Amino acid sequence: MKFAILVSEGPYTHQATDTAFLFAQAVLAKGHEIFRVFFYHDGVYNATRLTTPPQDDRNIVKRWTKLAEENNLDMVVCVAAAQRRGIVDDGEMKRNGKDATNLAEPFRISGLGQLIEAGIQADRLVVFGD
Amino acid sequence: MLHIINKSPYDRPALDSVLKTGEGAILLIEDGVYAAVKGGAVEAKIKTALGKFKIYALTPDIDARGIADRVIDGVTQVDYAGFVDLVAENKTSQSWL
Repeated sequence: MKFAILVSEGPYTHQATDTAFLFAQAVLAKGHEIFRVFFYHDGVYNATRLTTPPQDDRNIVKRWTKLAEENNLDMVVCVAAAQRRGIVDDGEMKRNGKDATNLAEPFRISGLGQLIEAGIQADRLVVFGD
Repeated sequence: MLHIINKSPYDRPALDSVLKTGEGAILLIEDGVYAAVKGGAVEAKIKTALGKFKIYALTPDIDARGIADRVIDGVTQVDYAGFVDLVAENKTSQSWL
């Protein structure tokens, strides 16, 4: 079965991201497919590669990127939410005249249409937020 | 329909809203698991609801909150694999945020 996951909260503030991650892991462990993970609102903070939690804490960003790399997941960050919160890739840096980028690989910045498409293409869409 | 509740019934009205919908399956996660505590103010509500709803609670969140020995009889505990199964079994899921 094809799953899509929507994450709308940032890391370390709410349990939502942790639940979403553990759910995604369980989906894959069960042999299902994840069509896309979409990060919206404060959820875009899951995608900054500059995060540096204490060594004895979980690294939520790294955990996502590792899962994505190992399973070839499509991890999409909402562009409007990212612009507001300063989540920047090369394209956004040039387009908006910024001097740095901070988007972790393999996240990609795209539009809300990607969420709608996920809702259509996947058999199930599960929302994690506050 | 799978109703996913992630907030305590002592914090948000999600549980009441779900019970008004009539029927289906309820999965309590995160602080939502506090609804499943024996002797809580919403215990009677949960017991009545068990007639119409199948009620599940996420074991890791129950364990994290130290309430494993006080879960209301009739509430079924599931792990993350069970969470995935519930989403797969139900055509739609609603996270009551």
